[in-house]
Amino acid sequence: MTAQTDVAYHARRHGRWHWSEIAFWLFLLACGFIFPSRYLIMTEVVRLALFALSLDLILGYAGIVSLGHAAFFGVGAYAAGLLSAHGIITEPILALVVAGLAATVLGFATSFLVIRGVDLTRLMVTLGIALLLEALAERFSDITGGTDGLQGIDMQPLLGLFAFDMFGKTGFFYALAVLFLLFLLARRIVYSPFGLSLRAIRNNPLRAAAIGIPVNRRLIAIYTIAAFYAGVAGALFTQTTQITSLDVFAFDRSADLMLMVVIGGTGYLYGGLLGAAIFKLLQVGFSTITPQYWGFWIGLVLVVIVLVGRARIHAAALFLPNLVLRQIGGRKAVVALSDSEAP
Amino acid sequence: MSIALETRNLEKHFGGLRVTRDLSLKVFTGARHALIGPNGAGKTTVINQLTGVLAPTSGRILLEGQDITDLPVHARVLRGLSRTFQINQLYPDLTPLETIGLAVSERLGRGGDWWRRMGTRDDVNIEIAETLGRFRLLDVMNEATSTLPYGKQRLLELAVAIAAKPRVLLLDEPAAGVPEGERKDILAAVAALPRDVTVLLIEHDMDLVFSFADRISVLVSGALLTEGAPDEVARDPQVKAVYLGEAA
Amino acid sequence: MTSILTNLFDGVAYGMLLFVLACGLAVTLGLMNFVNLAHGAFAMAGGYVCAIMVNQQGWPFFAALPLAFVASAVIGIVLERTLYRHLYARSHLDQVLFSIGLAFMSVAAVDYIMGSSRIFINLPDALQGQFDVFGVGIGRYRLMIIVICGALTALLQLVLAKTRFGSRLRAAVDDPRAASGLGINVPQVFAFTFAFGCGLAGLGGALSAEILGLDPYFPLKFMIYFLIVVTVGGSSSITGPFLASLLLGIGDVAGKYYVPKMGPFVIYTMMIVILIWRPNGLFGRTAAR
Repeated sequence: MTAQTDVAYHARRHGRWHWSEIAFWLFLLACGFIFPSRYLIMTEVVRLALFALSLDLILGYAGIVSLGHAAFFGVGAYAAGLLSAHGIITEPILALVVAGLAATVLGFATSFLVIRGVDLTRLMVTLGIALLLEALAERFSDITGGTDGLQGIDMQPLLGLFAFDMFGKTGFFYALAVLFLLFLLARRIVYSPFGLSLRAIRNNPLRAAAIGIPVNRRLIAIYTIAAFYAGVAGALFTQTTQITSLDVFAFDRSADLMLMVVIGGTGYLYGGLLGAAIFKLLQVGFSTITPQYWGFWIGLVLVVIVLVGRARIHAAALFLPNLVLRQIGGRKAVVALSDSEAP
Repeated sequence: MSIALETRNLEKHFGGLRVTRDLSLKVFTGARHALIGPNGAGKTTVINQLTGVLAPTSGRILLEGQDITDLPVHARVLRGLSRTFQINQLYPDLTPLETIGLAVSERLGRGGDWWRRMGTRDDVNIEIAETLGRFRLLDVMNEATSTLPYGKQRLLELAVAIAAKPRVLLLDEPAAGVPEGERKDILAAVAALPRDVTVLLIEHDMDLVFSFADRISVLVSGALLTEGAPDEVARDPQVKAVYLGEAA
Repeated sequence: MTSILTNLFDGVAYGMLLFVLACGLAVTLGLMNFVNLAHGAFAMAGGYVCAIMVNQQGWPFFAALPLAFVASAVIGIVLERTLYRHLYARSHLDQVLFSIGLAFMSVAAVDYIMGSSRIFINLPDALQGQFDVFGVGIGRYRLMIIVICGALTALLQLVLAKTRFGSRLRAAVDDPRAASGLGINVPQVFAFTFAFGCGLAGLGGALSAEILGLDPYFPLKFMIYFLIVVTVGGSSSITGPFLASLLLGIGDVAGKYYVPKMGPFVIYTMMIVILIWRPNGLFGRTAAR
């Protein structure tokens, strides 16, 4: 019986909440009270974090490299915008869910394209879909508002109670709540047998099929779920900024996302969140130095990170924090990033 | 004697190259059937077609009387067909615990469960523990597969195929590349397989073949040269000619 | 009828230009399985070098074209030896990230040095305007493109098929491990080919200033077209990308003429449809890796 309890213990171990995770979320919540003048930028980080989380689900867990994730973000953004601008659904949370579902439908429809072919084909198909949507949005500018953006978005109070204010306070806590809830769901999924099968597919699709995993079905499922997450991120964008334009489909967004995921790492759920925060910091930092050419520095960061190697950077970045943690909590308290080099 | 696995006029062409020629192979239930032949005879190609990794150019494949020729790989596994690979196909980042756990979950139909945390189902845990124990993998169950020594990896490869509780098991050179000292673990595990599991074995190691198999088929250039009981095959002059110059 | 022929002519010119621009990328991908999204940056470099030499230094256009080739090839060699070399064994994701980073850097750098507006190259009189052949408008510049690119393509085919270097290259593309087993110095073949591909891109960049428009955002704007050529055409030959470029060129011109509202739509849809039907490209096959 000890073998069995051993197995049970180890299998469950990874799913347990680490104290650092709880600290992380409490800290995020506290930010809402510590930095009352920075709601807008913090909300942006939260939205980016959700967007990055959605990419992590397919990249870090299923190994699908997608350059067109902005497609789902954009669909969610426009759906939420249109729902509000035309008064179809005025309650924001309901609109959020509906917009997310719109993106989910697109995700499901396109998932069949994405499971075929090699890396490059997937890259191209995902990019092609995003560009197609951008072209569509521009073509139908009478509906979408074209480059000027959708006009007339006016957010009603959440649940009829919490009005969106000028400082972005409601927006921040709203976004944070959405992020947390979706994160909980993602955590559940990732530590389930389904989540494990995704990692197996990423590691060795041949072996995965050979033990009976319906590979394509699982990939379609996670891709669709990730599309929902990205769509919700887009809808949040529209709702908290009260504006949406063609920019939501831009390749830049997908590229920024890649950067966040590179900085933060993939395959452990917090990568996207950390990456989003650091990316924003970098962006703000570079923009203040060179407002027009900050793209150069972002590009440089990307190049350097890739050349040096993500694993080494993470190890270096965690060196000091782990040193401190070891003093406080003993050897077992260190934070280790699960090394998942993407396929 | 019922037939567990059968091919009917199986053909596989790669362009102009005929890799499998009109192969009609019958494996009886409960058999210990070995498929031997010189290098390049196309043995692994046959296994790949049997499991669905490769689609045959023509011909049918039947598992326990059911035509499975058009079924995808994972569907065949769920019908009781399992295999090991000649070169280990394992998950580098996953631990043996996770690897076996996944195989067991899938078999029990719980693989798609996205809500329950791993490790919370007792039936799954018991089976994992049992399988790991049988293959002497309990002591390394939490190490990433890529860090394990080759012998342990090969045992894991075998364990994963068996965790699927197959009715027909295809072993592709299970002892290949395993250092001399660790071979007997593999051989013992293969010998300990339950009698009701049908085993088709590809092997070059003649000692293993002759000690294990009750029936041997000889494949040369994709076609069946001869088949029969081990001693018949060993005496066959054609077989000797084919193997002349090869280390027995 | 004449408009169809004119469109066909323009489409072919556009397609051949795309081919010259993209064939370096096809070979890089086919040879070293390296996804280089910064390929457009080399084209841009050649274009700007040509522009500077012609506009500011007063060089004749046809003299500046070879210089565009050489300049991009040199930049290519330098970057290959210093940076790209380290990434051949890495995952496609890493290569994508790296090359996107390079692309961003090149865009910002050129924007900083040359300004962000579109740049024009002063063309010689002989290339301005068009002939009228039975009512079909034959633009002189486009005719030149067809001639130059056609000659280049023929030369490439010749080199690949008839020279020793060509057969080494084909062997290396087909199966790098087997090729090095045969004594072929695969890294050297690759370095040379990469440089050559960059050079071609540079030449293409110079030629495209008039037709596609040259500005600092060129690498990002046209990256998708190069990638389409390579994925649709497959990367195991040069006939694949050649035909794909023609298809793309004609499709784009025809699309813009007959269904102007749908513009880029046509290309993207074509690409997605083709990739669904043939995930390895129209003419590709999965190479031994």
